Formats: sequence, structure tokens, C-alpha cells
Amino acid sequence: MSFVPIILLLMTQAATPPGEQPVAPYPHHNANAGATPFADARMWQAFHESAGVGRIVDDLVATNIADPRISDIFKGQDMVRLRRTLKEQFCYLLNGGCDYSGRAMAAAHADMGIQDADMAALVENLQAAMRREHVSFAAQNRLLAKLAPMRRTIVKQRDLDRRRPGG
Amino acid sequence: MFKSALLLSTAIVAAFPAMAHERRDGGKLLLTGGVSSVDGAAGGGLASWALIAGDETEDGRGGSAHATYVALPDFDLTSAGVAAGFSNRVEISYAYQRFDTRKAGAALGLGRGFTFGQHVIGAKLRLAGDAVWDQDRLMPQVAVGVQYHIAEKAPVLRAVGARESESADFYIAATKILLAQGMVVNGTVRFTNANQFGLLGFGGDRHRGRSAQFEGSAGKLLAANLLAGVEYRTKPDNLGFAQEDDSYDLFVAWAFHRHASLTAAYVDLGDIATVKRQRGLFLSLQGSL
Ligand code: HEM
Repeated sequence: MSFVPIILLLMTQAATPPGEQPVAPYPHHNANAGATPFADARMWQAFHESAGVGRIVDDLVATNIADPRISDIFKGQDMVRLRRTLKEQFCYLLNGGCDYSGRAMAAAHADMGIQDADMAALVENLQAAMRREHVSFAAQNRLLAKLAPMRRTIVKQRDLDRRRPGG
Repeated sequence: MFKSALLLSTAIVAAFPAMAHERRDGGKLLLTGGVSSVDGAAGGGLASWALIAGDETEDGRGGSAHATYVALPDFDLTSAGVAAGFSNRVEISYAYQRFDTRKAGAALGLGRGFTFGQHVIGAKLRLAGDAVWDQDRLMPQVAVGVQYHIAEKAPVLRAVGARESESADFYIAATKILLAQGMVVNGTVRFTNANQFGLLGFGGDRHRGRSAQFEGSAGKLLAANLLAGVEYRTKPDNLGFAQEDDSYDLFVAWAFHRHASLTAAYVDLGDIATVKRQRGLFLSLQGSL
């Protein structure tokens, strides 16, 4: 057995993008995005491509951290990384030709105690951001339909602490 | 004693895993608690749906209150009621309906302005599925419910041929939001022997027992707070003196505020007690928490 592949893997991950905090290594895969991309190019256009997705994600993150219903959950987290990975995830799902380099939804949201009401708050903030970007209502709903099932791996996600006493 | 209490509380916590988390009211997405049906249960205007009333999620309690007015050519139907939702799982509801025969009452030999009325006490349990979040599955949200009706004016009801003035409806409802299509669909099978929703009593000289009736609804989301659609509700035809028709409506439900919505509909209840073509305007105001 050789340690070289593992060391190589760790080295590629050690390159933390500027402005971000390092995270524990994890396997990179587009499947981490939690859904499969749309087949056609229409959704990417409906979201005004990378400029539009960039504005929507910046708006969403800014709204979330100012939203008293959920702001606490974002305190002390890496918002630079969140903006980058969210843009990648949306771009990947909207068939904008990106790869998603972030963590799986279960791993990214474990132990946060996220509840249904938090998920609904985030969806409302996303709807508002998409409206402000003038994304058509039909296109908004198609993206939301892809994101909605992620509730199962986000809300009350506690896989990682199942072995902890009293967890 | 202590042991059984402990066992019981463990069982309750296991049945509601949400209890391990912070309890918290509110937080449901707009319109996903439905609006109040005439029977008091969360649904459309005429149909009871599988959605649970109130703004609560699995972590809290919620409730709603409604007032509904249906203006028909020869009658008025008013309904007012309240519903409570627990953990987006259980719904308890109460509605009082009043059916004013106005001038037609005299023609029917009841006297001008004669009013029928009934109390409807409902309970609903969500069994499976999630209408909102399970967008990768066809499985709808499924609920079963019971609505116990207590109609007033029992002697008059008996005189027109009704067998009873109290009876229970049992129903199973399936509701699905097809978000990618912007659609909401519902199908309900109701086992009932109610005449005109129960206002004319239960069972009759033609049929006594319950029969399976169908309620179908389909709506299109025009905006996050605006749903337009159609509903169809079949009804039994138990009474010999007058034929009872199916009913339908075309509705718009508008959540003009996070905690308030207005439903307006064109409703066709068909012939009622021999009086032809009762079509009119349905208006319902609802508040929810
Ligand atoms: C469909 C809904 C959601 C999607 C698509 C989503 C997506 C993401 C993504 C892509 C990341 C970054 C993963 C990484 O760092 O590798 C992330 C992290 C995070 N999300 Fe979500 N999320 C969703 C719902 C929520 C909700 C409801 C909350 C709480 C209200 C939330 C709070 C967070 C926080 C605090 C982080 C930062 C985690 C960290 O830096 O360790 N997310 N999310």
C-alpha cells in the first residue's frame, strides 16, 4: 500500500482558495451537489447565466445573514466559501457547465439543527432573490423542485453525531 | 406506574422525533396549509385536502379561522370555523354552516327565511408523504379524516325524508404540489350519506347508507401567493323529493398577507331542494397562524 495517492489528494485540497478558511478533506464529486443537472440550456439562460446566478447567490446569502429567523445558523461560518460553492452548485444544476467542488448536502449541514421553518425561510429568501433578478416564475419553480428534496439531507441532519452520547 | 409513564413518554418522543428539537410555531411555506373548505378542514373551497391547517411545521402548532359566504340565486350559505394543526400531522376542525332559504323557504312550505344549520367537527391525520418537499417522488401527501355532522331542525329533516340528523363522513385525501409544473392536484374519496353537505340530514328514502363520493381539485400557481383552479365534488342522491347534483367551482386563492388569504370562486351547486340552478359567488376569508 502506498500513501502517495492520499498525500496527493490532501495536497490538491490543501489549496484553499483566497479568502476562505480551510476545511477538512472530503471526496470531490459532482454528486455532492445533491441533484442532477437540467438537460437543456434554457434554465441557464432563464437565470441570466453566471452574472445572474452570481447576483442571486450574493443576494441570497446577504438576505440570509440579515434574516432574524435564520441568521444565527450562519454566524461564524465561511460566507466566502458558501458564496463560491453555492454559485458552483447552481451553475452545475442549471447546466451552466460548472463542476461542483463543495461538500455533500448531508455533510455540509450536519449538526446544525436546521428545522423545516429554516428551510422554508431560506426558500422564501431564494424566491425573493430570483424575483429581484426577474427570473420567470416557471423557471424559479423548476429550480425549487430540484432543491426541495434536499430537505431530507438538510433538515435535522444528524448522521454525523449519531454515535455521540445523548446525540 | 412511573415505569409505564416513562415508557409512554419514550413512545411519544419516538412517535414525534421533532420533539427532541426546539418546539417552534409558524414557518410553513405560503399556501401550503391550504385554505378552509366549507366543512372546516384544510383544503380548497369545496374539497377537503390532505394538507394540515395552520402555519406550523413538524416542530410546532398552528391554526386557522375562516368565514365563508356563498351567495346563490335563491339561497345563502354561510360558514365559519376554526382549525388547529399539530406538528403538520394532526388537524382538528370545527365549522358551523347556516343555509338560509330566504324567499324560497315559503315556496318550499318551510316559511320565508327558514334556515338549516349544522355543526361539523373534523379530525384529520397525515399518514404519509409530503406534498411540498418530496418533489423527486410521485408519492402524494396522504391523509385520512373524519367529519362528524350534527344537523339542526331534525323534525324538518325527517319530514323531507332524511333518516338521521347526525352522521360521520370518512375520507381519504391525496394532495401533491407539482412544483416544476407549478400545479397543485388533489383527489379525495369520501364515504358519506350526507344530503346537501349534511344540511338536509343524512340518508334518505332512496338510499340510506354511505356511498363513495369523489372530490377532485387542480390548481395552477400563478405566483407564490396566488393559486387558481377548479374543483369538482360529487354528492349522494338519497332523497326522493328532490334530485341532488354534483357541484363544482372555479377558484382563485390569494394569500395577500403571510397570515391571511382570500378565496373567491364561481360555484355551481346544481339544483337544491327542487330549486333549479344554484350558481353563484363563493367568498372566503381566512386567517392563519
Ligand atoms: C436547498 C437548500 C440548500 C442548499 C442547496 C444549500 C447549499 C449549501 C452549500 C452548497 C453549502 C456549502 C457546502 C460546502 O461548504 O462545501 C452550504 C453550506 C451551508 N448551509 Fe446550506 N443549503 C441549503 C439549505 C440551508 C439551510 C436551510 C440553512 C440554514 C438556515 C443552511 C445553512 C448553511 C450553512 C450555515 C452553511 C455553511 C456550512 C459550513 O461552512 O460549514 N443551508 N449549503
